[in-house]
Amino acid sequence: MTRLAGGLIDRSQTLDFTFDGKSFKGHPGDTLASALLANGMRLVGRSFKYHRPRGVFAAGSEEPNAMVELRTGAWREPNTRATMVELFDGLEASSQNRLGSLRHDLLAVNDLFAPFFAAGFYYKTFMWPKAFWERLYEPMIRRAAGLGSLSMQPDPDTYDKGFLHCDLLVIGGGAAGLAAALTAARAGASVILADEDFRLGGRLNGESHSLDDMPATGWINSLEAEFASLPNLRIMRRTTVFGAFDHGIYGAVERVSDHLAAPGAGVRQTLWRITARRTVLAAGATERHVPFANNDRPGIMLAGAMRTFANRFASCPADRVAIFTNNDDGHRTALDLSAKGIEIAGVIDTRDGAKVFGSYPLFAGAAVTNARGRLGLKAIDVTVDGRTQTLRCGALGVSGGWNPNVHLASHHRGRPCWDNGLQAFLPGEDLPAGMIVAGAAKGEGTTHSALNSGASAALQALADLGLSASRPRLPQAEDAPTNLKPFWHVAGKGRAWVDFQNDVTVKDIKLAHLENMRPVEHLKRWTTLGMATDQGKTANVTALAVMAELTGKSIAETGTTIFRPPYTGVSLGVLGGGDTGKNFRPSRLTPTHQWASANGAVFTEAGQWMRAQYFPRVGETTWRETVDREVLATRSGVGICDVTTLGKVDVQGTDAAEFLDRIYANKMASLIPGRVRYGLMLREDGFAYDDGTCARLGEDHYVVTTTTAQAGPVYRHMEFARQCLWPELDVQLISTTDAWAQLAVAGPNSRRLLERIVDEFDLSNPAFPFMACAETTVCNGLRARIFRISFSGELAYELAVPARYGNALMERLIEIGADLGATPYGTEALGVMRIEKGHAAGNEINGQTTAQMLGLARMVAKGKDAIGAVMSRREGLAGDSRVLVGLQPVDPAEPVVPGSHLFSPGAAQTTANDLGWVTSACHSPNLRSSIGLGFLAGGGERMGEEIIAANPLQNQSVRLRVVSQHFVDPEGGRLRD
Amino acid sequence: MLIPHPLLGLRDAQEFTYLGDAALLDRPDGLAADAEASFADYVYLRNNPAGVHRELWFHEHGDRSWLIVKRNTVTHEILGAELARDVALASRGEAQ
Amino acid sequence: MRFSGFRVLREALTGHGGWRPLWRNCEPQPSYDFVIVGGGGHGLATAYHLAAVFGQSRIAVLEKGWLGSGNIGRNTTIIRSNYLLPGNEPFYEFSMKLWENLEQELNFNAMVSQRGIVNLIHTDGQRDAYRRRGNAMLHAGADAQLLSRDQVRDLAPFLNFDNARFPIKGGLMQRRAGTARHDGVAWGYARAADLLGVDLIQNCEVTGFRIENGKVAGVDTTRGHIGAKKVGVAVAGSSGRVMAMAGMRLPIESHVLQAFVSEGLKPVIPGVITFGAGHFYVSQSDKGGLIFGGDIDGYNSYAQRGNLPVIEDVAEGGMALMPMIGRARLLRAWGGIMDMSMDGSPIIDRTPIEGLYLNAGWCYGGFKATPASGYAFAQLMATGNPHEAAAAYRLDRFTRGYVIDEKGAGATPNLH
Repeated sequence: MTRLAGGLIDRSQTLDFTFDGKSFKGHPGDTLASALLANGMRLVGRSFKYHRPRGVFAAGSEEPNAMVELRTGAWREPNTRATMVELFDGLEASSQNRLGSLRHDLLAVNDLFAPFFAAGFYYKTFMWPKAFWERLYEPMIRRAAGLGSLSMQPDPDTYDKGFLHCDLLVIGGGAAGLAAALTAARAGASVILADEDFRLGGRLNGESHSLDDMPATGWINSLEAEFASLPNLRIMRRTTVFGAFDHGIYGAVERVSDHLAAPGAGVRQTLWRITARRTVLAAGATERHVPFANNDRPGIMLAGAMRTFANRFASCPADRVAIFTNNDDGHRTALDLSAKGIEIAGVIDTRDGAKVFGSYPLFAGAAVTNARGRLGLKAIDVTVDGRTQTLRCGALGVSGGWNPNVHLASHHRGRPCWDNGLQAFLPGEDLPAGMIVAGAAKGEGTTHSALNSGASAALQALADLGLSASRPRLPQAEDAPTNLKPFWHVAGKGRAWVDFQNDVTVKDIKLAHLENMRPVEHLKRWTTLGMATDQGKTANVTALAVMAELTGKSIAETGTTIFRPPYTGVSLGVLGGGDTGKNFRPSRLTPTHQWASANGAVFTEAGQWMRAQYFPRVGETTWRETVDREVLATRSGVGICDVTTLGKVDVQGTDAAEFLDRIYANKMASLIPGRVRYGLMLREDGFAYDDGTCARLGEDHYVVTTTTAQAGPVYRHMEFARQCLWPELDVQLISTTDAWAQLAVAGPNSRRLLERIVDEFDLSNPAFPFMACAETTVCNGLRARIFRISFSGELAYELAVPARYGNALMERLIEIGADLGATPYGTEALGVMRIEKGHAAGNEINGQTTAQMLGLARMVAKGKDAIGAVMSRREGLAGDSRVLVGLQPVDPAEPVVPGSHLFSPGAAQTTANDLGWVTSACHSPNLRSSIGLGFLAGGGERMGEEIIAANPLQNQSVRLRVVSQHFVDPEGGRLRD
Repeated sequence: MLIPHPLLGLRDAQEFTYLGDAALLDRPDGLAADAEASFADYVYLRNNPAGVHRELWFHEHGDRSWLIVKRNTVTHEILGAELARDVALASRGEAQ
Repeated sequence: MRFSGFRVLREALTGHGGWRPLWRNCEPQPSYDFVIVGGGGHGLATAYHLAAVFGQSRIAVLEKGWLGSGNIGRNTTIIRSNYLLPGNEPFYEFSMKLWENLEQELNFNAMVSQRGIVNLIHTDGQRDAYRRRGNAMLHAGADAQLLSRDQVRDLAPFLNFDNARFPIKGGLMQRRAGTARHDGVAWGYARAADLLGVDLIQNCEVTGFRIENGKVAGVDTTRGHIGAKKVGVAVAGSSGRVMAMAGMRLPIESHVLQAFVSEGLKPVIPGVITFGAGHFYVSQSDKGGLIFGGDIDGYNSYAQRGNLPVIEDVAEGGMALMPMIGRARLLRAWGGIMDMSMDGSPIIDRTPIEGLYLNAGWCYGGFKATPASGYAFAQLMATGNPHEAAAAYRLDRFTRGYVIDEKGAGATPNLH
């Protein structure tokens, strides 16, 4: 096959490409599909189930057959519609879903067994013997399943996201969309015109008729010139609006560089979130076909597509073609092809008394009853009045009418309505707010009516927005009716395909009917109709017309399935927006990160934070060695740890005390200025929420700390209480987590170390006792807050300075504390010391535990209305006998493993006998054994008893002794030292 | 979705954190004799209407105000938004 | 008619003319002993078990749309029994055992496929929590396995092991977990129930309950009044709406959960993989589509459709976990309405109205529960005694303080 004359391709340049390794040539302006057709390639793919040979069927995004794996290596892109691929030099494509070559696909054997693979067959078999499903049947099915294949390599391209806002979004750049955009843009509104094609014009590009006595392309070119002068209009080519979401938000994907050999420094695609005050949906219509026996032969395609290939792309699948139609539009294809020098074997028109429009053989009141040619159409059988003759042809165009593209109009679950006159589903009343439909998408499919409908829609949209506009002069255009007479499928014995890709035939629909899978959703799910990559764009309406015929119901009563986003497939890469790898979530760095980094810290993820986990030194071979050293150095000298990640909420106001008294389960109003108190917050349902310290810096000024994980939620909760529950209180909150760097300075030498940096501040025990706090200065005038609090159980302080000085403070403390043994420690040593001290942390306050379980029931004050107090008294909470205990292995060599469950010795290890679990554990360098914390039923009465920690997951069972949770300094003497 | 913040205009819903029914403003008296029953109702039971719902949204990535948004749970149409604090104060006024 | 390979063979050779309707289209009778409201998975399974296990008859299932049109027809098909709490784990393990024999019992291939589920571990704290859970599973008679990073890598080498924001440190595996063909489950139960004489009535929406002297007497429907001795409501997603007609408020909010399927791809994903740190989980169907999802949209909704931010969030999670899917395409997104309960766990219980029973609050865990939920609900309705594996699913657990809160999120449904 050679190129036809004319077309919108640039013959001055030649592009080389390969398909299945074979080299071909095409031109700029071609799609892969048009270039393959121009090279005589009718066979381009295989169907999903039967592996039937398939060719290009459509010219646009509705293509069910011509799917390829585009590009190679990590760039391989499976299931790519050849009709949507803009040809570029060096393009490489391969056919997919085949075993062996495309011509000799071994899995085509499936077609021979097709009778066994009827709709729903797999629900009825493969059940015996039982074990064979996973071992034999399913692996067999999975080996055959799927279409294209993933490269299995990370996607090497980059993606972007963007936000756009406009008065009017016009979806579709055909006649209606262009008229709408022109009308609105001339009126000065901000307009976005988006079209999935790389060339504006929609169907106008595929037609031969003229606008105002000039070719349609001439009119489009003149518009483009005007558009270029309108700064308020943004034209987005290669952009698919794929979904209509709430409040005028549309999702769109711009294929920025898919038409290039490589994106270069740019992105491959951009995800746009477009917020539009009004939208004109001018998405056009999709032609439907007419099923007949073997109607899936390569070379059989939609008649309108055939016309587009000839007029726009100067290509045609064969020299001699036939047309099968139930309307006048099919004849137009015959005329256009004829004008391009293609021989018309005949127009087979199902309508009795159909008229002929040119010099081609007409078969009126006829039907195509079979197609011959396995790998490419050779001939068709034409039956008129019961007499059948064979007509030689290499391609057949089929036209069964047009289905308006109502998808986006129905994305909010509004149902389209059947129009008996137009024999089509039109957008219903229940559209997404702000949307107006225009052109062929609402059944106004002639060029004349589409142009006018687009302009009217824009005028209406602008009027809604209070903007004035005037109707532009629109060119004179064809306005011929198609005189369609419904004809849904050709009856007969052979298999007639309805859904090409998923191999759903008229017989399958009949079977679904016989088996009472008649509601459209059952039909779809039983036969897999419309569930292929083309989402049934060329199949669904035809299928439900066939079902309507079988049930005797009207098409309107039969209804449609739901339309869901996306309109066409959207790559997961662009939906993810490129936030992958390390950029998946933000990384929050603590103020001392730089110092820790320079000093060899190993970091760990704590939510979004990266925290120093431990600081290995040269010669240390295991992390445990490092952590043991950090713990011992702290308990014997002084250790320093960045605890900035703990949440900080500044609370101020004359009612701050009253407010905090209601937020905390324990009393807070009685706290005197200059003192800190441990605080426990409950959720309103009575469970423990979070714990921390509350420091009263002044009469009306408190600082609340939260755990790292709950910093955000607790602040939100406090704001809820302030704004929604007790708005009458005079109190203000602000989160200062990131404003202050906070370092824990712990150990017997901590006071001596801090004395070296404070500016005339008395740290002595009488002046600044345990649980004291103060605002002061350090290092010659640096603002600071000092809290004498301890998580480690040692004499300890937490020192807060403005965040930007955190790194320098760390450096200074380590430097001037060298003689005192100043040692940085990380989250591991922090964890060890808090377990040794018996403090609860995230594993103990996990949202499922109570004050009672934590041994803090007495903190829940009576006589005040604090959040959660009431519900904490319910029987299920108050009666829970599980309490926090310490656990130590009977044999010191054995480990305590968090997540082990606790059982009485000798008891069967079943759910019913479960007494609790180990929450946290570590190796204690002070006790020289593993230790742990856990919740144990009746734990208070079990002190000293042996208990079994069962960890069958790792085949462990360890005898533990129940001990006090305070392993180190239970009397707290060191704290108060 | 877009939320019409009474002070800041239309804001993307992604800036907000959702809590639930605005009935959560009506916290019972924790010191009342029947507190346990009224709190069980307050904490756990919801009208959960299919239709207009008054609900709490927190402008977490914004000005940190709690809003009461009136929204249809069937269509997602938003009928209005108020500062929750204003509503809470107004209901205090009525109570007095 | 019994389904078998032989039957398929015979029909294939004789033109498929011998198949019979999978179920009858029934007209409602004036009254029944048992009326089940809701022809989804749970309702159909309840009717089946009432007839098959508890020997009851005069049973009807009322469905406002088509059978299986609720969440059984719009989920990500995962079955598993990897729960932590004693109120849940035995129930889901009971369900798993029913799954394992489902196809033989129903004579319908619902493609129960035990290809395993792995929950990825990213932190030491997560490993502790999963160890606790895995042990709870083993103690309840389920299976569980703790995987090292290398074992996860052997299983799924395509995951992001080298450049991850949250590095994979291992996983908790349940080998017996997997997927089942969701529609097939509904159809299998419907067909089996129909064969036992249950009337399946489609396009029949309940518009009210007849309650006389505190006792249920029947339901009003769009197809007239239907009398009933006992009425069981299994309409998850719409529980609030339906029970409001009986004057009840529930500890439930309705939320939309979106799920997604990609275009068909040659199968590469072995089982189900969940990426908790990234709000993403994925499996691959026998047709080749990647089936994946993430969190609920987070606001009350009955709209059965969601919004773009969650689609982006889920895709981000997917790309972070397995960046090789970037060039695959999302084919379809859909939304289901979840009964999000106040503790994340379901309700199978009587109501204060005699003869009216409630099966609700499944959050997004309803699919895997289908067989056990049907069994336990049927037992409760037929015998008055709760099934021991479902004994914790009581309505009064909220007032009494016996919540079953797997996530520890409290009474905030969108956090479960």
